[in-house]
Amino acid sequence: MAQRSQQPEAHGAFGASVTAGGGSQAAALPGVSMRTTEFKSSASRRAGDKVFSGMAKAFAWLTLILLAGIVVALIYASWPSIQAFGIGFLFSDAWNPPMEDFGALIPIYGTLVTSAIALLIAVPVSFGIALFLTELSPAWLRRPLGTAIELLAAIPSIVYGMWGLLIFAPIFAQYVQPGLQSSIGQVPIIGKLFAGAPLGIGLLCAGIILAIMIIPYIASVMRDVFEVTPPMLKESAYGVGCTTWEVMWGVVLPYTKTGVIGGVMLGLGRALGETMAVTFVIGNTNFLNSASLFEPGNSITSALANEFAEADPGLHTAALMELGLILFAITLVVLIVSKLLLMRLAKGEGAKS
Amino acid sequence: MNLLARRKLTNKVALTLSLSAMAFGLFWLAWILWTVFDLGLSGLSVALFTEMTPPPGADSGGLLNAIMGSLILVTLATLLGTPIGILTGVYLAEYGQHHWLGKTTRFINDLLLSAPSIVIGLFVYAVVVAQTGKFSAWSGVIALALIVLPVVVRTTENMLQLIPNTLREAAFALGAPKSVVISKVTLRAARAGVLTGVLLAVARIAGETAPLLFTALSNQFWSLNLNEPMANLPVTIFKFAMSPFTNWQELAWAGVFLITMGVLVLNIIARVFLRAEKIN
Repeated sequence: MAQRSQQPEAHGAFGASVTAGGGSQAAALPGVSMRTTEFKSSASRRAGDKVFSGMAKAFAWLTLILLAGIVVALIYASWPSIQAFGIGFLFSDAWNPPMEDFGALIPIYGTLVTSAIALLIAVPVSFGIALFLTELSPAWLRRPLGTAIELLAAIPSIVYGMWGLLIFAPIFAQYVQPGLQSSIGQVPIIGKLFAGAPLGIGLLCAGIILAIMIIPYIASVMRDVFEVTPPMLKESAYGVGCTTWEVMWGVVLPYTKTGVIGGVMLGLGRALGETMAVTFVIGNTNFLNSASLFEPGNSITSALANEFAEADPGLHTAALMELGLILFAITLVVLIVSKLLLMRLAKGEGAKS
Repeated sequence: MNLLARRKLTNKVALTLSLSAMAFGLFWLAWILWTVFDLGLSGLSVALFTEMTPPPGADSGGLLNAIMGSLILVTLATLLGTPIGILTGVYLAEYGQHHWLGKTTRFINDLLLSAPSIVIGLFVYAVVVAQTGKFSAWSGVIALALIVLPVVVRTTENMLQLIPNTLREAAFALGAPKSVVISKVTLRAARAGVLTGVLLAVARIAGETAPLLFTALSNQFWSLNLNEPMANLPVTIFKFAMSPFTNWQELAWAGVFLITMGVLVLNIIARVFLRAEKIN
């Protein structure tokens, strides 16, 4: 008996909470007895359910609309520049606001070169870190060290920028750049990359700071995919007498290849769009006199950060918007490739287990 | 050298390199944090929290208006972005898991998560600032909220997926409608995880500079008017760090210290929350 009498109560509790959630209905029926609320509940409950799921669905649509909206708004805002310069915009090195002559070559070059330097440094280092965290580190150190590396990603980019400009660049100019010049700088052809005055700030400095910033992203994806390698694979390799390095290089890395590339692409996406750190240290000039990585330059993001707020409405703003559109297009492609690769790894894993 | 010795040597070299890669990563973290502490702590003073940002050439000054502006922008952006993000996450985990809309939204949300924040700034400039004709704190709030959104969506969805289906089934068996199951059972069970997502989102926007450059801009004076440009820490730091005045640079270091500490504390709290959640 006791059990049976509890059931309607439980039901009533749900009914009441739904009407309370519905808000307006609870207010419309002041002082109505519990029984009536219960009676209304099944209808209002269905209505509440519809409203809730409808809202959730609407917001899911909002995400889709947001992406489409960004693309449309950027194309619309850069339309005057697209019309004025056409495809030549991509290959022109002009940037002359008073003459209203604009080209994207130097910012695109700066973005690609700094991101390439960043990947060149960050990929091997991240691999080493992931190897350390999955195979070498004592178990009790794994979590704190992993957290420390992830904290590198938490530090705001403006902190990297200010540190890079005021602390790192002077030391870099005084000790590292002369060293590079007297060693690699003497090699023919490659030496040209390290010619010129050691200013500290420039493409190389920006690339190095970008590398530090993307290491945590690449390393954490690598660590995660290494950890999902089936232990049986690793154990059989160890069983036939492989060294740790051979297991990593010959078994784990081939198995997780797609995931590793996905992680690298994720890091590349971050490097391409990084703004403040690059703006501080890249030097912000639109002239490129030589192939040297010591040269100051400009990236898409630093051009936007420096010029946009003060740009004349009209062609100057439109040209900057087009730079933003180019950046968004490149990062989207890179991120989509990254995502597809990571999804393929996740799928293959499901099929195998 | 025989084969075995060579293999062992290769292994040793590789593992030493791995160790040095780890040391390389930690080295930068230590160097940056040390600089921030060293130069930031010396810049801390009472004036920092009581005086406005100084005009060029003034000796004294603080960051009161910038700190206040940052607090307002971050709070409003979180309040705007969080409910939308949680509901979208609910849709992905509870309704659209296998629906094309759910799959597409998940994919696009992951793209937005890594999209350059400066592009978000350009977008808000084009649709808000250019249409209203002026820079305003509101446009900054919208830009930051758009950055909060994907972070909250991601964590909410992940956390809801960790909730065992038996909990949902038990609630359905009691006759609870789906909206009640979600709001009173699954979301409640996942609340520490969802809160973690919100904290991480706050940490992410606290230091965001790029999207504010074209939206909230900056303001040398005290202003609580959301229709006007508003001072904020990141843009003020950017302006002051690039300036030739030493007292401006000192203020910028103090600002960097405040932001870094805030972000690190938020990250650590979020991790502690998440760990407590996973253990339970």
